[in-house]
Amino acid sequence: MRERLKHMLIKEFIQVFRDPRMRAVIFVVPVLQLLVFGYAVTTDVRHVATAVYDLDNSVTSRELVSRFVESGYFDVVEHVGSETRARALLDRGEVRVVLRMDKGFEEDLRAGRTAQFQTLVDGTDSNTAGIVLGYSAKITGQFSQEVLNAQLRRLLGSTRQPGQVELQTRAWFNENLESRNFYVPGVVAMIVTLVTLLLTSMAVVREKEIGTMEQIMVTPITPAEFILGKTLPFALFSFVDVIIVALVGVLWFEVPIRGSLGLLLLATALYLLTTLGIGLLISTVSQTQQQAMMTTFFFFMPAVLLSGFMFPIANMPRVVQWLTYLNPFRYFLVIIRGIFLKGVGPSVLWPQMLALVIMGLVTLWLASRRFRKTLA
Amino acid sequence: MKLRRVRAIARKEFIHIFRDPRSLGMAIAIPMLLLMLYGYALTLDVDNVPLVVWDQSASQASREFISRFDGSRYFSVRGYVRTYREVEEAIDSAQALVALVIPRGFAGRIESGRPASVQLIVDGSDSNTATLAVTYADAVALAYSQQVAVGQIQRHGNRVPRAPLEFRPRVWFNADMESRNYIIPGLIAVIMMVIAAMLTSLTVAREWERGTMEQLISTPVKGRELILGKLIPYFSIGLFDVLLAVLMGEFVFRVPLRGSVALLFTCAAIFLAGAMSLGLLISIVTKSQLLANQLAMVMTFVPALLLSGFVFAIANMPKPLQLITYLIPARYFVALLKGIYLKGVGLEILAGEAALLTLFGAAMVLLANITFKKKLV
Repeated sequence: MRERLKHMLIKEFIQVFRDPRMRAVIFVVPVLQLLVFGYAVTTDVRHVATAVYDLDNSVTSRELVSRFVESGYFDVVEHVGSETRARALLDRGEVRVVLRMDKGFEEDLRAGRTAQFQTLVDGTDSNTAGIVLGYSAKITGQFSQEVLNAQLRRLLGSTRQPGQVELQTRAWFNENLESRNFYVPGVVAMIVTLVTLLLTSMAVVREKEIGTMEQIMVTPITPAEFILGKTLPFALFSFVDVIIVALVGVLWFEVPIRGSLGLLLLATALYLLTTLGIGLLISTVSQTQQQAMMTTFFFFMPAVLLSGFMFPIANMPRVVQWLTYLNPFRYFLVIIRGIFLKGVGPSVLWPQMLALVIMGLVTLWLASRRFRKTLA
Repeated sequence: MKLRRVRAIARKEFIHIFRDPRSLGMAIAIPMLLLMLYGYALTLDVDNVPLVVWDQSASQASREFISRFDGSRYFSVRGYVRTYREVEEAIDSAQALVALVIPRGFAGRIESGRPASVQLIVDGSDSNTATLAVTYADAVALAYSQQVAVGQIQRHGNRVPRAPLEFRPRVWFNADMESRNYIIPGLIAVIMMVIAAMLTSLTVAREWERGTMEQLISTPVKGRELILGKLIPYFSIGLFDVLLAVLMGEFVFRVPLRGSVALLFTCAAIFLAGAMSLGLLISIVTKSQLLANQLAMVMTFVPALLLSGFVFAIANMPKPLQLITYLIPARYFVALLKGIYLKGVGLEILAGEAALLTLFGAAMVLLANITFKKKLV
């Protein structure tokens, strides 16, 4: 058994390394991907291009605008003189926010009337728009509060402040709410999934299509040995990839890694079990490489989108939430983020790890069963 | 270039596709399924953030403050805790995303007109949700403070002061800030990019690998005719997919289509031609299905997902990366689709994007033609 497996492994290694482009795909592309995507995945909203349409042009209105600028979230790029110009800027996407103060803004405030302050937001990107609105509401809210405080002081004739709530926010696990810390571990997980799935899903069907499967069938190799021989090299490559990519994430993007490295490697091994199993299953089910590729893709895309990588699972409809329990990527994401950001251990992550073990065993078992059938 | 030969190749390709109904079904049904599933499932809206409260004050004022959180649609109080350990547990196990700690002297401080600090602990790991939750909490706290101030002015001055500033936000193009309206046009672009490049990326590689390329070489068909013939069937499938997707956006998801439908389809056609030529190019260059597959995935799906502005706004990325996104054709298509769908703008504003998309399409078609050599090597 060991002899036959050894030869199978040698054959697989030769096959992979013969093509220099393949070597690049396995070892260089993942790093490049992380470097590019690591920078892309950000939902931080800072320096939003803003236009000011100030009809009042008074000390107070300018004061309010400067509050927006000082917050660091808004960059005033233009003072516009007309509604049309503001609309054109929004249409072209050159600004995402327009701050508008009507004539008499300062007057109204002084006289104790309600002053109108309008914020026009480009809602095409609803997420950014939501955050921008939140920031604007906060700045205007604080501004009104100060006006009220001043009124109260005048009324009481002292420097006494009215009682108010000061919210002291502390973000755990990610003090500055850097979106990179949240997404980069996810990108690491995604790249590893992509590499393993792509490699293994082609493994068996390729032999079938080229016709070398028949040659293998006449050898005394058993299905288990064949599957093992197909899996082990890719498992090894993927493992190396995880380590390289995780290192880039930690050293280059300075994502904190708070949990145990040993646990990360263990969890990766469990996860690879599942992805390799799924890849092989796809490969044995497909007749042609094109089918294998399509099937892989249609596994990979939902796996990424329905994993909580970008879109929180808690917001999805109930039925879809149940569906995500079948998604191994979901579990790995919880584990990898838990280890990187929260530094939690097996006591918290054991259900996810257990799920990965079960899914891995089931898919590998299915793949080898299915493979036996194709042979017969 | 002979039309007859192009037609012959196209017919051969059609037969190939129809003979493998699974691939055909996938090429048509799967994009629809994906759009259906994701259209419903994907949202970035943050509602009902689970909250635990540690109310050390246990007073009328603190209960009033808490009820403002519970009353807003953004928070839902999941429980009350009495120790710091319990707060830790709730957040570690993700039972709550936010914890509110109200200090013992809260009511007294508010009453006597001193600032009372309330601690808000947020699970920051999902920074986007956390940011939104924090801004909502800030809004709640500010509204409460204003109410307190107004109450005090009323007591001392015997008059109800008006709110000094009325914040009137108006959201254009997507008034309800439905994330669905923003995700679906982008989703159409991402799905089309992938389908297009994938459908074609295997077609030339397959001929090489199976040895049928030799047969094709021995026929009088020219390289250009071969490429055109191979593109036509996939192009029509792709366009059909776009049509279905637009119909679904209209009738299932009710995404407002404010711009011109003709412009939408013109852009889609240019985009498809470009993306499919890219697939062909990959296929021609690699000559191996395995590698073609790898490259098609690496070069289309992931960049289209992350670098196109589909979810992660390009304006928020670092400058050098913003330059890189100009190389991603999906970027133009996403911008065009969002412009046509949500803003209802036409070529007068989208001309730049449209021009670059056309440039990309033309370059890809040209490159595919140049690189394809009808030679046995």
